[in-house]
Amino acid sequence: MNRLFPAPLLSVALFVLWLLLNLSVSPGNLLLGALLGILAPILMAPLRPQHAHVRRPWVIAKLIGRVGLDVIHSNLQVARGVLRAGNTPPRSAFVHIPLDLRDAHGLAALSMITTVVPGTIWSELALDRSMLLLHVFDLDDEPAFIEHFKHTYERPLMEIFE
Amino acid sequence: MNESVALPFWLELVTAALLLTGSLFALIGAIGLVRLKEYFQRMHPPALASTIGAWCVALASILYFSVLKQSPVLHAWLIPILLSITVPVTTLLLARAALFRKRTSGEDVPEEVSSGRDRGN
Repeated sequence: MNRLFPAPLLSVALFVLWLLLNLSVSPGNLLLGALLGILAPILMAPLRPQHAHVRRPWVIAKLIGRVGLDVIHSNLQVARGVLRAGNTPPRSAFVHIPLDLRDAHGLAALSMITTVVPGTIWSELALDRSMLLLHVFDLDDEPAFIEHFKHTYERPLMEIFE
Repeated sequence: MNESVALPFWLELVTAALLLTGSLFALIGAIGLVRLKEYFQRMHPPALASTIGAWCVALASILYFSVLKQSPVLHAWLIPILLSITVPVTTLLLARAALFRKRTSGEDVPEEVSSGRDRGN
């Protein structure tokens, strides 16, 4: 079972991706999608020997919803900052965030979240993964920002991946 | 496809509104790229186009073609999903390269945070 499906979630995702791209559930496409879902993870497995363990789908759903809302909020903030840049330049700053999350996949997900939210840019991660350097477009209150970041993004990711 | 099918007015209205909102945010992102001066500040506005910009256009496409074809046409939503997976790769690379260059040329950026040993996985 494990040798046939080294990453079952990835297999399912690829299968769904194929059917969505073709907008059809004809037998031919079902077969091609299944082939893709089975073969791609097997071929990719030697490149990535470490396996991700994903848990708690409800936490994942809540996190995705939360990130979606934050993206919209951050978009409005950055747009406002750009339009006002002539009079009041945005208070951009680098922020050091001490991290508790150590799982490689969790950190990858965290880097995705910070990049997708327009107001923040993942700049550097310490080699031992204890510290993250983040560039923030408009920083108001540094301790509050760090608390918000750790509470809304890092803690759910620790629940999901660790 | 039957060209003479009359689309409901609300659909045209919502689709147009979504397209205009998406384009507006993409435009503001481009303006930001021109207007802002500092490199790291300028990395933020283009994200407007790859988030809200792409979301609104994808949503408009899904809505329009789902009503037109009388069945859910969801594949446009793959664009925002794949964008959110691939955009971080280039953004991280740019940020790291800029930090490295600015450090070597002695500009005012934070010290390297890398400490301890690489965990190697």
